[in-house]
Amino acid sequence: MTNTTQLCTFFLDNLFLGIEVENVQEILRHQEMTRVPLAPPVVAGLINLRGQIVTAIDLRRRLELKPRDYDPLPINIIVRTPEETVSLLVDGIGDVLDVSDDIFERSPDTFRGEVRELIRGSYKLPNRLLLFLDVDKVVDFTVMD
Amino acid sequence: MEIDEDLKEFLVEGYEHLNQLEGDLVALEQSTSDPEVINRIYRHLHTIKGNSGFLGLEKLQEITHGGENLLSRLREASIPVTPGITNALLQVIDAIRDHFESLETTGEESSRDRTALFNQLNALPVENGERIKDEESETQTPISNSPSPITNSAIRVDVNLLDKLMNLVGELVLCRNQILEFANKQAVNAEHDDAFKSASGRLNLVTSELQEGVMKTRMQPIRTIWSKFPRVVRDIAVSLNKQVQLEMEGEETELDKTLIEAIANPLTHLVRNCLDHGLETPDVRTAAGKSEVGRLLLRAYHESGHVNIEVSDDGKGIDPENLKQKALQQGIITPTQALQMTEQEALHLIFLPSFSTSKTVTNISGRGVGMDVVRANIERISGTIDVETWLGKGTTFKLKIPLTLAIIPTLIITSGGDRYAIPQVNLLELVRLDREQAEQRIEWFHGTPVYRLRGNLLPLVYLNQVLQLENNTEVQEYSGIGKTSNAHKQNLSPEQEDETINIVVVQATEKPFGLVVDAINDTQEIVVKPLGKPLKSLACFAGATIMGDGKVVLILDVQGLAQKTLITSPDKEKALVNEDSQSVNSAAIPQQLLVFHAANQRRLAIPLSKVSRLEEFSRDRIEYLGDQEVIQYRQHIMPLIHLSAVLSNGSPGFQVRDRQSEISEDKQPVIVVSLEGDKQVGLVVDQVLDIVEQGINIKGVSPQQAILCSAVIQGKVTEIIDVHALIEQGLSVVKPMLVEI
Repeated sequence: MTNTTQLCTFFLDNLFLGIEVENVQEILRHQEMTRVPLAPPVVAGLINLRGQIVTAIDLRRRLELKPRDYDPLPINIIVRTPEETVSLLVDGIGDVLDVSDDIFERSPDTFRGEVRELIRGSYKLPNRLLLFLDVDKVVDFTVMD
Repeated sequence: MEIDEDLKEFLVEGYEHLNQLEGDLVALEQSTSDPEVINRIYRHLHTIKGNSGFLGLEKLQEITHGGENLLSRLREASIPVTPGITNALLQVIDAIRDHFESLETTGEESSRDRTALFNQLNALPVENGERIKDEESETQTPISNSPSPITNSAIRVDVNLLDKLMNLVGELVLCRNQILEFANKQAVNAEHDDAFKSASGRLNLVTSELQEGVMKTRMQPIRTIWSKFPRVVRDIAVSLNKQVQLEMEGEETELDKTLIEAIANPLTHLVRNCLDHGLETPDVRTAAGKSEVGRLLLRAYHESGHVNIEVSDDGKGIDPENLKQKALQQGIITPTQALQMTEQEALHLIFLPSFSTSKTVTNISGRGVGMDVVRANIERISGTIDVETWLGKGTTFKLKIPLTLAIIPTLIITSGGDRYAIPQVNLLELVRLDREQAEQRIEWFHGTPVYRLRGNLLPLVYLNQVLQLENNTEVQEYSGIGKTSNAHKQNLSPEQEDETINIVVVQATEKPFGLVVDAINDTQEIVVKPLGKPLKSLACFAGATIMGDGKVVLILDVQGLAQKTLITSPDKEKALVNEDSQSVNSAAIPQQLLVFHAANQRRLAIPLSKVSRLEEFSRDRIEYLGDQEVIQYRQHIMPLIHLSAVLSNGSPGFQVRDRQSEISEDKQPVIVVSLEGDKQVGLVVDQVLDIVEQGINIKGVSPQQAILCSAVIQGKVTEIIDVHALIEQGLSVVKPMLVEI
């Protein structure tokens, strides 16, 4: 029996990505954010999540993709790692999928250095490729001013 | 390892008893025959023994029993306490501590052999060669009548529970803020209004009191960490062959529990430092004319939202030159830096990692890893540490710790369209300048705007610039922030401000500075929430909070702002310092200057050598030659130049009457200036101030041709006129008219 993993999937630019469902706390519509001066654009702002202050990360910028057009507004995926709770800004939400290990492959060499660290690999679905995002690494960065 | 609940309780209590025991023992050493002290020691030992019995800890029972025995023998025989006895008792305490630690880690008592100690205990006290028999202790009656005065009015509470309470109170404060906002905005229904307002008012009061109360539960007197110092100081002094008297003032000063824990280690290190490096040995001290016994003072007191803790000694002090030498040797600073360094800067060298000037590394200190860790620990709890020293006389370390971290009063300001919070603890005052005042009173100094606040120069920092608030429009729109204030694009250049200037005078650790913001909102108590890991290293922000309307607002870190923007170059710093102290820089050759007001209260000066006479003319003597004002003066027709005309827009031939001169009496002060030959020109001014003789240190240049430079004269920024350029400009139309009659 091969292992299956449950992934919460979403869309970003023309990519289809997924993160482990256990990491996802909730999904929200676009929220009003407070900008953080002096922080690079990858930090989209701060959100008030029922009294908790959560940093919103622009995932497009984090993955060095094209910046989004102003419409449609991004969706927040609230992600909880052992250290932090952050929000990832994505274009759209997909379904929760069960994927099995036997269609998993490590990252192709076509990805550039930085981004390669953040993608653990991909699942070859019948229609398209599902990229497996390493949430811990995505969240682990510090901003210097 | 999971510790049994009972064992935990036992240990917690036990440590408390031990600390008090130690304190008492050291006191006993110094005043050897106070019976009350002996009684106390006995009681503590007795309690530990009793508790050990409950838990079946035999070894502890035995050793405490041994100590008790010795004490009772002392009392019965009325023998004064000898050093041998106190040493033995101290060893008993060490043994007890050893057992406690062993219990904590392994759950078992220590297995170390104590026969030597027992023998020693039994052999004491030796008086006239007599040996006192061992006694069975079962029938011993407790000495002092009453059991230890354990007050039943106290109760032990788990710290975690208190933390939970604190969090809840924090949330309550946020809710209260929200309710208050609604209450303030209510305008609709009058009846409901009143009831709602009074209810929310009550909520406000109750919440504040609850907040205070819960914070108090977590406060502990600093005595809790100081109590171990008598022992520590005694031990170290003995090992170093120094004589030290420890004094403690303000041990009842209270601090939040977490803060107390955080400063325990730094304080210990500082004390050790003083003992090791500061205080000298008795012979050195007597040679220097000091008393043999050195003095170590620990002082704690509250002051405006902070707790100040001072560790001072009357030892040999710190030599800044020595520090500089060492730093040079280690290559930490360059020779030029060493020359330019102030004494304070040199003293702060001790806080650098791996910096140590002691020639020998002892067990205690000198390894050079101490002071920087001390400072880091203090700064981690948002405190500051400073050092003062007097060569040959002593050194004082001053720690300043904020009373609480979680809920703080702040001032809310708006800048660049967003709100920010400034902790009130950093706030000194607020200054508001309207446009005119701003133009006049903000001076420029080495490229930095400054404002003269009651004689002191206040560097100004434009918050919009520091936070680069104009440049982020892309981010705003991109992330969908619906701000309407995008329309107010602030100009970067302050000279072009149309609006009033709001200056918030703030101070972190060193000099105060003025933060220029768009608007000042109100004061609010907020709950400090830390920023996430990605943002923690942004120096300008100390955290964030949620306002009454649910929006997230960043809290400014004044210290971080200062470091980021201010005067970091030693030149600028020096320049400002010199300004402040109004010292006359000796480099410049003294010149005689005539200082006056003209052109809308500008302060100007002209070399006295150029001045021919000072006159006052009544207005009706002024006549016109074409467009040029002239006056008949000593058989000449002398043209008059109004300085405001030349200086405000520099275009020749355009004469504007000084508003000032219009309003005042018809006597017009004029400075008569002579040019080549007998030609003279009159400069119309508002008021002649003074004649001074001082060196001119050029502080800045002006784009205006008529102004030579600016300097500080009589403590004020003054512009020095270039007479020729001025006259050139003022008279270009009429120069041909300079004709002798």
